[in-house]
Amino acid sequence: MDRSLLERESEFRWRIAPHGDMRVPGILYADEALIDAMDRKVHDQLSNVAMLPGIVQAAYAMPDAHWGYGFPIGGVAAFDPDQGGVISAGGVGFDISCGVRTLLMGRSITEVEPLKQRLSDGLARDIPAGVGSTGRIVLDEAQMDAMLRGGARWAVEQGYGREADLARIEEGGAAAGADPTQVSDRAKRRQRQEIGTLGSGNHYLEVQRVAQIHDPAAAAAFGLALDEVVISIHCGSRGLGHQIGTEFLRSMAIAAEEAGIRLPDRELACAPILSALGASYLGAMRAGINCALANRQIITHLTRGTVTRLIPGATLDLLFDVSHNTCKEELHEVGGRRMRLFVHRKGATRAFGPGHPDLPAAVRAVGQPVLVGGSMGTASYVLVGTAAGEALSFGSACHGAGRAMSRHQATRTWSGRQLVRELAGRGIIIRSPSMRGVAEEAPGAYKDVGSVVDLADASGLARKVARLEPLVCIKG
Amino acid sequence: MEGWRHFSHDADMGVQAEAGTREEVFEQMALGMTALVTNPALIEPREDVAVVCEAPSLELLLVDWLNALVYEMSVRTMLFSRFRVKLGAHSLSGVAGGEKVDRARHEPAVEVKGATYTALEFRQRRDGRWEARCVVDV
Repeated sequence: MDRSLLERESEFRWRIAPHGDMRVPGILYADEALIDAMDRKVHDQLSNVAMLPGIVQAAYAMPDAHWGYGFPIGGVAAFDPDQGGVISAGGVGFDISCGVRTLLMGRSITEVEPLKQRLSDGLARDIPAGVGSTGRIVLDEAQMDAMLRGGARWAVEQGYGREADLARIEEGGAAAGADPTQVSDRAKRRQRQEIGTLGSGNHYLEVQRVAQIHDPAAAAAFGLALDEVVISIHCGSRGLGHQIGTEFLRSMAIAAEEAGIRLPDRELACAPILSALGASYLGAMRAGINCALANRQIITHLTRGTVTRLIPGATLDLLFDVSHNTCKEELHEVGGRRMRLFVHRKGATRAFGPGHPDLPAAVRAVGQPVLVGGSMGTASYVLVGTAAGEALSFGSACHGAGRAMSRHQATRTWSGRQLVRELAGRGIIIRSPSMRGVAEEAPGAYKDVGSVVDLADASGLARKVARLEPLVCIKG
Repeated sequence: MEGWRHFSHDADMGVQAEAGTREEVFEQMALGMTALVTNPALIEPREDVAVVCEAPSLELLLVDWLNALVYEMSVRTMLFSRFRVKLGAHSLSGVAGGEKVDRARHEPAVEVKGATYTALEFRQRRDGRWEARCVVDV
């Protein structure tokens, strides 16, 4: 992106001055190198988001922002329902509530290293991953609706996981206001065989070593100790979320055309929060969030089974579960006034600071854990939300590295088998049903997650707590 | 260019196609989308699945067609490689021929989440030929 398109407000904060139909400015958190590497389309999409009715304060781009559809990925925007504010299916994305959770194994690298190969065999066998994989559970109609209302809480009630897990999931493991009657039969049918599956693309389950502690106090509060082993799971709401996204993008696009609303980009199609279509999407999207939470909970349960068979006594307590693609109703202070806002985070993580009332008691004193996934073979990070983040970005931070190269380019640049060999040479075991999939997810196809995380830390969006390095990666 | 090809999009993938008729463009776009998942030549068209869509414009019809195929791939765990399309005034009836996913043989790289309205175009060129493009979320 050409820097001359932006005003520089500080070392790490850039502003798109309102122009044309923009109601608020666009704000980007980045340094010069990240701005230079960012696509011009991030500027255009952020400016477009700033034109939407009822947007409050600014449209924000996180340090890992890149070209999305409608909203940029790494975009944050809050809307006031009382000022005609909107909700947008494109502002949430297809993979509703795609996110990451991290489990603490309670074992050190010296104990796990000799078992790495057997651990990878067990996880590759037991965790359904990749295109064409099906889950071990098939839900009937009543169970499907109960899952969509209850999320991870439903899963725990069914025996998948522990009651204590729920205190470490956003919204206690179940998004309120989910309405399964707003989810189409087609969406439910897509999910019947997909509950408890990892998916494909950039989704993964990774066994990781705590390689560096940046903030000893926060790390201790989160249960992270140097050279101990954790397991991170990255996946979302599977076919159900994708179908909800597909159907509501269409109905919002057509409703906008029929209402004569001229949008700069059809993917920005949205509906007033206080409209029938808006309410319908909210109910369906929240059901999608619950589907993702239930999915990660079931995968957690399967993971615990596999790991404890090999390593009896491994604790596998849940550190936290974060969602990336959501719209959440939250209270925020804007211009000295407390407002009820609908905050879209698309490829962005909620990052509330210490003492925030929405945080579960287990982490409230420290702040929200922010789990930032790397790409296959590279580091991941644990950060913590800051008090300053509230004013900077409605309490939001980055979610990952972001692609630097298209899938197409990646397959022309790398061979999957060669990558698996190279990573094995560095002690990282990759398991995947597809070598082309591995090539598309090559570490070099992604931006450096370290620079994204450093920027989030330097700009005050979130603070670095620990760096995690991969031992085993089960790719979808 | 005859047929389909992929174009780059930061996080996802673009599919574009060109052909002599609108119907062929629909068929080529479906083939291009399949090629995101696996090599279409590896898919045997053993079973036909019928798909019907209705939409007010060719562009919306294209997104609906691709999303209907994403749906059929997902619920039937199938991949398709042979497509036949008939167009009505604002409707499409198509047949997709394919087979069950065979993970060893197809090595599917990625699952298509849905076709989007990004970079969406469906138009007739000056030389009378038709072309279309759209970004697919993977």
